[in-house]
Amino acid sequence: MDWQGQKLAEQLMQILLLIAAVVAFVVGYTTASFRTMMLIYAGGVGVTTLITVPSWPFFNRHPLKWLDPSEAEKHPKPEVVVSSKKKSYKK
Amino acid sequence: MHSFGYRANALLTFSLTALAFICAIASFSDNFSNQNPSAEIQIVNINRFKKQSYGNDEVSLTLDITADLQSLFTWNTKQVFAFVAAEYETPKNSLNQVSLWDAIIPDKEHAKFRVQTSNKYRFIDQGHNLRGKEFNLTLHWHVMPKTGKMFADKIVMPGYSLPDAYK
Repeated sequence: MDWQGQKLAEQLMQILLLIAAVVAFVVGYTTASFRTMMLIYAGGVGVTTLITVPSWPFFNRHPLKWLDPSEAEKHPKPEVVVSSKKKSYKK
Repeated sequence: MHSFGYRANALLTFSLTALAFICAIASFSDNFSNQNPSAEIQIVNINRFKKQSYGNDEVSLTLDITADLQSLFTWNTKQVFAFVAAEYETPKNSLNQVSLWDAIIPDKEHAKFRVQTSNKYRFIDQGHNLRGKEFNLTLHWHVMPKTGKMFADKIVMPGYSLPDAYK
């Protein structure tokens, strides 16, 4: 998943679960059936899992542009500078 | 949200939190139900009234219990536990409560009932104070919810008394 996809997955998950909870409670309360509330909520959790957890293609619509390897070779890698502070104190 | 495990964990935690929330609201919604239970108890007969060899009084009686506890049941009720207790005062104890009968009511259909039975549990005093004793018969109930807080209440029925002499 790309960054936009991750944000979308998180938002979708929260909204879908909240909707499932609200619908489950309202239907359960009006039909006076605790069992119904639990079943609707469990169904909602299952559907949300299927939509947001696997890495679907629509979460990858803004893929990151990694640098092409042939392009990277043309530019020198930055050198690592070793600190020489210890030597200066010996004076 | 970068990996499968991360998303699965986040979903699990959030779903359980939301579940706890709707259960709390379901429990809270019980406060809005109108409850008007009613009950009546008659003593059909005092079968035995004697002094045990240890010196304590014992009574055996037959009760006729009529009750309508249907209004206690809501969508969030698992069962109602009801019991009848005899309550009286003695010089030694300011309040004695002796449980005589109990029942578990599993659903609304069974909540309106009439039962004629001898006492399920023995009515034994701490001492020999029961001759001519006036006592209350109280029907207590505990409403056990599917989720949330259990609450209890009672109906006190005064005016019962035992005979002055052993039978």
